[in-house]
Amino acid sequence: MPEPLIEIKNLSVYFYTYAGIVKAIEDVSFDIYRGETLALVGETGCGKSVTSRAITRLIESPGRIVNGQVIYHKDDGSKVDLLTLSDEEIREIRGNEIAYIFQDPHSSLDPLYTIGYQVGEAMEVHGKVKNIKEGITKAVNVLREVMLPDPENRVKNYPHELSGGMKQRVVIGVGIANNPRLLIADEPTTALDVTVQAQILDLLNELKKKYNATVLLITHNLGVVAETAQRVVVMYAGKIVEIGTVDQVFHNPLHPYTAALLKAVPNPLGEIETLESIPGTVPNLITPPTGCRFHPRCPFATQTCRTEVPSLKEIEPNHFVACHRY
Amino acid sequence: MEPVLSVENLKKYFPVRSLLRTIAWVKAVDGVSFDIYPGETFGLVGESGCGKTTTGRTILRLIQPTSGRILFQGKDVTKLKGKELLWFRRHAQIMFQDPYSSLDPRQTVFNTIMEPVKFHGIKVDDPEEFVIKLLESVGLNEMHLYRYPHEFSGGQRQRIALAKILALRPDFVVLDEPTSALDVSVQANILNTLKELQKDYGFSYLFISHDLGVVKYMSHRMGVMYLGKLVEVGPSTKIFENPLHPYTQMLLSAIPVPDPEIARELKAKRKMVKGEPPSPINPPAGCRFHPRCPFAKDICRREEPPFVKVEDDHYVACWLYAKS
Repeated sequence: MPEPLIEIKNLSVYFYTYAGIVKAIEDVSFDIYRGETLALVGETGCGKSVTSRAITRLIESPGRIVNGQVIYHKDDGSKVDLLTLSDEEIREIRGNEIAYIFQDPHSSLDPLYTIGYQVGEAMEVHGKVKNIKEGITKAVNVLREVMLPDPENRVKNYPHELSGGMKQRVVIGVGIANNPRLLIADEPTTALDVTVQAQILDLLNELKKKYNATVLLITHNLGVVAETAQRVVVMYAGKIVEIGTVDQVFHNPLHPYTAALLKAVPNPLGEIETLESIPGTVPNLITPPTGCRFHPRCPFATQTCRTEVPSLKEIEPNHFVACHRY
Repeated sequence: MEPVLSVENLKKYFPVRSLLRTIAWVKAVDGVSFDIYPGETFGLVGESGCGKTTTGRTILRLIQPTSGRILFQGKDVTKLKGKELLWFRRHAQIMFQDPYSSLDPRQTVFNTIMEPVKFHGIKVDDPEEFVIKLLESVGLNEMHLYRYPHEFSGGQRQRIALAKILALRPDFVVLDEPTSALDVSVQANILNTLKELQKDYGFSYLFISHDLGVVKYMSHRMGVMYLGKLVEVGPSTKIFENPLHPYTQMLLSAIPVPDPEIARELKAKRKMVKGEPPSPINPPAGCRFHPRCPFAKDICRREEPPFVKVEDDHYVACWLYAKS
C-alpha cells in the first residue's frame, strides 16, 4: 500500500477580481504518494498551477484559498495541515522540504547575483550551511549534480552568461539544494527546445531515482506525462476529471475529456489518421457551466450532466473518474 | 509540375553592431534551397534560432534577403517593384504565431477582413455577405461580424486571421507556428480547418513549426533546419520512418511520445541526445552539427557536406552519405 506524502482535500482557490469571482479550482482532492512522480495535466487555465502553488500557500492577492486542507506527512510520522501553519512555519517547509521549479528559467533567476550565490542562498536561508561563503562552495557540488559543465568556474557566472537549458539546470539546482522531500516542477521544460527538454527530463528522472524524492509534475504536454510519470491527475476548468496510472489513463481513458484530449495530439511516431478536435472552448471560470463543467463540449451530455456535479468514483483499482456515465 | 515557389541558395545575415560598427554577422539563413508545388504543404522544422521563421519572412520579402533567389510563379521576388510587388503581396500571404498581436485591437472583424480587399481593389458586390461567407468557411458566423478582437479566444482569433487571408484568394500561404499559442484541443481544430481549405482552394503552404507531430500531420514534404541550413529534405513519411541525418535522428528521439509503452522503449535510445545548438554568429566549421554528432569524423570538422540524393526525393547534407 503506497503511503501518501501529501493529501489534498477539498481545496478551493478563488480570485477576487473586478470582473467577478474567478473560481480557479473547486473542491480538488487527491493524494501524492511517497516516491512517485505524479503528473497534473490540463489545458491553460484549468487550475493545475494554482493547485500546485496552493500546496505551500503561494497564492497572492487577489487570490485566496477559500477552503480545503493540505495534509503533509512529516518525516517523523506526524501530520500537519499546511494551510493552518503560520507564515514563519510554512517558510521553513517551502524551499526546504517542498521545493519548486518554475517554467521560465529566465525569470526564476535573479540577474544581479551569480548562480553560485543563488544556489548557496537557498541552503543558507534554511540553515544548511553556516554562511553564504560555505554555500557557494557547496553550490559547486549541487551544480555538478545537475550536470552543469565546468561547475567550478560556472558558479561565478551570472544568469545572462548561460543558455536556456543551462539556466534551467541551475533552477533545478536551487530546487534540489536542500534535498527536498517533494519537488514541484511547474512546466519545467515548456520554455525549452525538444532536444534540451529531453535532457532536462532525463536529469529530473535520474535525480529522483538517486534521492528517492517525490515529484509533482505540472504540464500540458501529454508526451512528457507518458514519459516521466507513474500516475496522472487530469484537470478541466478547475476540477479533477480523472485520476489513474499512466497506463490506465492513456490506454483506457474514462472521461470524455481525457479521451478527446488524447485524440487531439498528433503522435509523431504513430500513424496519424485525422485529429479529432474538441468543439467549443474552455469556459470562463467566473460563471462556470452548471453540473459537469465539460457538458457544453461533451458528445455524451445528458440532462443529469447539466444539473448535477459528478463526483470522483473508483471504476477499477486506483482509477477514478468524475463523470455521470459511470 | 512547375513549383509555385522555388527558393535558391537563400541567405540572410543580420549585422551585430557595436558603437555603430558591424562587428559580426548572425548567419540566420545560410544557403537554403527548396521548392513548393501547387496544393502541397512543405513543413519546415527546427529548434528555436535555426532560422525557420527568418526563411518564411524573407520569402515574403518582409525581410530583404542578403543573397539568393526566390521564384514565385516564375518571377524573382527579390527584384519585384511597384504593381508586380503588389500582385505578389496579394498572392502570397502569412499567418502569424501570436493571434493576440496580429490583429488590430481597434478594428472590427468586418473592417479587419475588408481592409486588404479594398486595398487590392477587389470588387465585391455585397461586402457583408462576402465577409459572412468567409467567416462561415473558417467556422465563425454572422454574429461575429462587428465584434472586436478582444472579444475572441485565441483559437477564434486565428480563424479571423485565416478569413482575412482567404479573402484575397492567395496561391501560397506561410503558416508560421499557427497553433503554438493555442491549447491542444483548439489546435486540432485549426489544423483540420487549414487542411480543408487547402483541399477546397488548392493553397500551397509553407508550414513552419517546432512541433514534429504537427508537422507530420500537416505536411507532404518537409525540411529539417539546423543553424541556418537545411540538413535533410524529403517526403514527411520517409523522414519519420527513416531519418538519415544524425540531427533528424536526435530530434525524433527527443520528442516525448504520448504513449507510455512506446515512451519506455524509447528512453533507452535517448542516450544520443546531447548538447545545445551553438550560436549562429560563429557557427562551427565544416558540418555545423559536428560538435553534437555521435558519428563525427575528421572531414565533418573541415568541410561542409554537400546535399546528396539518397533515394527518390530524399536529400541529406551529411558526410555519412556523401563521398568526399
